[in-house]
Amino acid sequence: MSTAALYKEFQRLAGQENVFSDASDLLTYSYDAALLPSQPPGLAVRPTSLEALGRVIRLCNQEGLPLTVRGAGTNLSGGTIPAHEGVVVVTTALNRIVEINQEDLYAVVEPGVINARLFAAAQKQGLFYPPDPGSMAVSTLGGNVAENSGGLRGLKYGVTRDYVMGMSFFDTDGQLIKTGSRTVKCATAYNLAGLMVGSEGTLGVFAQIILKLIPPPAASRALLATFDRVQAASETVSAIIAARIVPATLEFLDNFTIRTVEDFSGAGLPTEAAALLLIEVDGHPAQVAEEAQKVQEICRAQGATQVRPAADAAEKERIWTARRAAIPALARLKPSVVLEDATVPRSKVPELVRFITDLARRYDLTIGTFGHAGDGNLHPTIVFDKRDAAQEKRVHQAVEELFDKALALGGTLSGEHGLGLSKTRFLAKEVGEATIAWSRRLKKAMDPKGILNPGKIVGS
Amino acid sequence: MGGITQLARLLGELDEQLITCMRCGFCQSVCPLYGETGREADVARGKLALLDGLAHELLSDPHGVQERLERCLLCGSCAANCPSGVKVLDIFLKARAILSGYLGLPPAKKLLFRQLLARPALFNKLMSLAPRFEGLLTKPVDSLLDTSCARFTSPLGQRHFKRLARVPLHRLEPPRSTPAGASGLRVAFFAGCLIDKLYPGVGRAALKALEHHGVGVEMPAQEACCGIPALSAGDTATFSKLLGHNLARLDPAKFDYMVTACATCASTIHKLWPLMCGSLAPQAQERAKALAAKTRDVSQFLVEAGLVPGQAPAPAPDAKPLTYHDPCHLKKSLGVATQPRRLMAANPAWRLQEMIESDWCCGLGGSFSLEHYDLSQQIGGHKLEHITASGAVAVATGCPACMLQISDQLSQAGRHVAVKHYLEIYAETL
Ligand code: SF4
Ligand code: SF4
Repeated sequence: MSTAALYKEFQRLAGQENVFSDASDLLTYSYDAALLPSQPPGLAVRPTSLEALGRVIRLCNQEGLPLTVRGAGTNLSGGTIPAHEGVVVVTTALNRIVEINQEDLYAVVEPGVINARLFAAAQKQGLFYPPDPGSMAVSTLGGNVAENSGGLRGLKYGVTRDYVMGMSFFDTDGQLIKTGSRTVKCATAYNLAGLMVGSEGTLGVFAQIILKLIPPPAASRALLATFDRVQAASETVSAIIAARIVPATLEFLDNFTIRTVEDFSGAGLPTEAAALLLIEVDGHPAQVAEEAQKVQEICRAQGATQVRPAADAAEKERIWTARRAAIPALARLKPSVVLEDATVPRSKVPELVRFITDLARRYDLTIGTFGHAGDGNLHPTIVFDKRDAAQEKRVHQAVEELFDKALALGGTLSGEHGLGLSKTRFLAKEVGEATIAWSRRLKKAMDPKGILNPGKIVGS
Repeated sequence: MGGITQLARLLGELDEQLITCMRCGFCQSVCPLYGETGREADVARGKLALLDGLAHELLSDPHGVQERLERCLLCGSCAANCPSGVKVLDIFLKARAILSGYLGLPPAKKLLFRQLLARPALFNKLMSLAPRFEGLLTKPVDSLLDTSCARFTSPLGQRHFKRLARVPLHRLEPPRSTPAGASGLRVAFFAGCLIDKLYPGVGRAALKALEHHGVGVEMPAQEACCGIPALSAGDTATFSKLLGHNLARLDPAKFDYMVTACATCASTIHKLWPLMCGSLAPQAQERAKALAAKTRDVSQFLVEAGLVPGQAPAPAPDAKPLTYHDPCHLKKSLGVATQPRRLMAANPAWRLQEMIESDWCCGLGGSFSLEHYDLSQQIGGHKLEHITASGAVAVATGCPACMLQISDQLSQAGRHVAVKHYLEIYAETL
């Protein structure tokens, strides 16, 4: 089909107002939150029904057009950049919460539902959807599932993967494939849902997703512990877990981040501290009281110079505001931001932090490190000016060294952001060529023409 | 019209600011327009990417970019919530000026701005004639809201207009220069077009409050528009003319503060006069900056000056439920949200019943509502629902432009909720 005919056909399938071909509109679908060059698609389509979505996929396949699904475009690894042009399919109009089931504790959603909306809708019914990626106010559940997004609550509550009970997705012919169920147990057929989680839009396109909900914890308690050595902070993390306490969140801030947050918000953080731990325990009130007490004792025993429990809701809010300010505060230092998420086993956190401090010095870069210490999932955040080509080059080199280090420590390239475009070329280092070849065969079977988000995860 | 490279060079001036957008996309959660359309070109990130595209010659369609840039309420919700502190509105307004300069103003706007708005005397005169003819063309719809709907098909479609005041504020309350009273303070009162011509009652309430608190008032003759319609259209020539006109009449040495009851005027004067006065003579620029620094919303001034009693009386047993809409130009631009509530709490005849999302934009966005009436209505629809759900019999706000939009919404939906300015509520007690 000619381009004009294709355009018409997409309009017929998805509605005239839902197909974009102006250069200006296309430019707005050429990027996400990753620091990568813009690559506009040839066309963008925003289906308003699942039927239309299926038809659009089918047409793309018939015509051999690359298809990149995009939700809110908050991806940090370039997963939604249409690297091979083709069609960007925007899911923001597929945003219905189909069902929230109070008896069987699940929700059924379309891929464009925003995480925070499901959280609020569940909360209204006395239920809880725990995965809370930093982008939850804007990012879509389809995107969360496709990236296996994590968040602050990962340590105790797990990540997106742990909440996907099943789903239906379109194959490249636009056929609806079903996997999993609304039941707690399901031993029926292949666990395709497991395969689809984290597949970054390379194997199929989500139609409806069944997500587990849980009862919310009745109480919670937050505290702030100050350390004059990173090592002590990290050992505290291990000690807490060794004491059989699993906090809902266990966040780490390094000295540079502490100082930057303090300059930015004046929250009263101890700027001389080497590290801060922000800890929250939740659950039954009696258990929370006991655990909060124990955690305080452990922090002191491990050499915390100060332990400050939040006396009330306002103080708790202040503690978390300091953590939330980490990105805004760092981002204001320099125009460009790279938020890394290479992850290591929990016990290796001190070594990683030492390495990053050294890395910043060797490459003459500004790096603030904070993140999910309980998960070994830190976010070394490099701020710089991308207009300075030499500096940008140093950033790339530093990141590459960081990956090597994380792998050497027995870690992984990405804890929660996915490989997208930016980490694909490092994959062999972690899993080896045979795994990549096998994954490519798998992809070929599911997507014979290679139209689904080509270039991502396993390259093209 | 020069080449696209020349335009890119002009936009290059914005590069320092454009680069601060890290494309996180967080502005999606607060943009009222994106909330309706889900289109990336409608959210701040998309528009910033388009400007960046033009500046770096990734795009060669300035018309396309201009059109998308104008689909914006200039509500500032994005800027107020941006983790990277991107000065989104500054960028948008400067870009509108650059693009309008490059592409030329549409003839209708040129006529309106340059021949009418920029000539306050003529503008006042014409507007003073309008109410006499208005009855011929419109029929009153709701006396509570004082709106009327066009009798004949008009280019403005279904909009229910607030009727022009029979007598504008500048005739009800002539120019004056009164000495400081008990407060020891003097302020200039900047009425603004909408209060002058549509809501003189609000202006009178403001003057009553100032007088009550012993504040001397400076009100010059023939004030001009604050300039926001021209700035939104990128018409810097008209803006400079209006600004020059106002500067000639307002000497900051003569008063302690300049106050206004219009959120949009307050925000424009406080933030945009200093930002956009670059083409004026150095002395005029100094004056614009001095005035900007002295400018406050009335509630902000009264609270800051310690003139409002600290302890609010308990609402009367038969107090009527009142809800409050936070104008974007007060809360997001100036951070003024508690002060109007304090003023309203001083009136025991009303009980404040907060609506949900009280700071979600009403959807007016100045000329946005004329050019994109359907979207404006859609956005306003949420406000309408929230007002209704609050169960209030009246809704107050701090901006005559919001009052206009909310009245239109309520009137079309046939809901009998009165629309007031917080100063009208406050002034009832004085
Ligand atoms: S304008 Fe601010 S919130 Fe929006 S994408 Fe840019 S940095 Fe993020
Ligand atoms: S000013 Fe308002 S309408 Fe315009 S982009 Fe920002 S949030 Fe959206």
